[in-house]
Amino acid sequence: MSAISTQGLGKRYGSKWALRDCTIEVPEGSVTALVGPNGAGKTTLLQLAVGLTRPSAGDVTVLGLSPRDPALLARVGFVGQEHPLHRGFTVAETLKLGRKLNPGWDDALAHERVQRLDLPLDRTVGRLSGGQRAQVALTVAVAKRPELLLLDEPVASLDPLARREFLNSLMEAVSETGLTVILSSHIVAELERVCDHLVILAEARAELAGPIDEIVAGHRLLTGPRTEATAVARMHDVIRERHTERQTTLLVRANGHVYDADWELHEVDLEEIVLAYLGYGASRPLAEAVAR
Amino acid sequence: MIEFHLETRSGVPTYLQIVQQVRQAVRLGVLRPGDQLPTVKDVVGTLTVNPNTVLKAYRDLDREGLVEGRRGVGTFVAEDVAPLPPGDVQDLRSGLEGWIARARGAGLDDDTMAALFMDTLRPPAIRSVA
Repeated sequence: MSAISTQGLGKRYGSKWALRDCTIEVPEGSVTALVGPNGAGKTTLLQLAVGLTRPSAGDVTVLGLSPRDPALLARVGFVGQEHPLHRGFTVAETLKLGRKLNPGWDDALAHERVQRLDLPLDRTVGRLSGGQRAQVALTVAVAKRPELLLLDEPVASLDPLARREFLNSLMEAVSETGLTVILSSHIVAELERVCDHLVILAEARAELAGPIDEIVAGHRLLTGPRTEATAVARMHDVIRERHTERQTTLLVRANGHVYDADWELHEVDLEEIVLAYLGYGASRPLAEAVAR
Repeated sequence: MIEFHLETRSGVPTYLQIVQQVRQAVRLGVLRPGDQLPTVKDVVGTLTVNPNTVLKAYRDLDREGLVEGRRGVGTFVAEDVAPLPPGDVQDLRSGLEGWIARARGAGLDDDTMAALFMDTLRPPAIRSVA
């Protein structure tokens, strides 16, 4: 079953589409990254999934139910940007509040995590470091024992060390509880380590979605003498092309093997692929040919 | 017990890096039949990787018969895997070390040595003309 399934999902604010014609499946048990620049529709998609806002078009189901089904409250966790917590509460009080509010609360898990992460129980949330605050927010969300956890830009405000620590404790939570995770990010580095699925959003549209291994295996960088990309484009989707006086470099989504002897083939890493889809580096003459 | 490392910019998928490191460790006798691989939780903790990735690597290794998953216990190098005799490996390694010293003396850098080795390894028909 899909944890999240959308069909032509769209959200319009006034005349502007924040998300448009989005059809994706997020498999249960996956850790899915939602990547794209600011304003691409990541937060909108997450808010639609947790029922914080209603779609203007299309459908979304979460664990097989409508996002506003009360049965989902205990089964889905959501951590918004900036890790919203009561800043005047101590860590201990924050956990107590979590216990009171959530029927499925796992107090042992919450305290074990707080201890392992060395979080000071008697300090108020407002006096914690950004990294510690993020860890408290994650602990509260995980101790609820949701089947699905959505995180909106969880690492955007963290320095590299706190980011690694946060992702580490998130992965530990995944291995301990088997929960499905969707996290949005405009930072691409490190996502390949922690995520197995990817959805790329750009300008309110889902440009690419699927298992990361297949995405990486399915893209190639082609270099060769300067030429037009038309012959390659008949067989494969050209995502990005660059030309110098003598050389042409193409990033393609290959439909089967690339046999053409005129080109030298190279593997590309995920970051390069994502940047190409986001339009970094050159024009995308065949944008409409990119499979959705 | 071995510890895995990741090269994040290599373009090689994470699960494949784990698979290759286990294969290499078994080939070189670092891992021997019956040795336990790190638990999924340990790998997740040390590398900050997705547990599904580690599971996928271990499943692949299981399928090729190199390791055996024992439910609730862990993953172990298969008993019928024949490692190289450690003496032979040591012997071959010191032979290579001698060769490397000679190559370095002749002014070859690491990349050139690797290229020469890989080129010699290939069947003669597709070897580049020296």
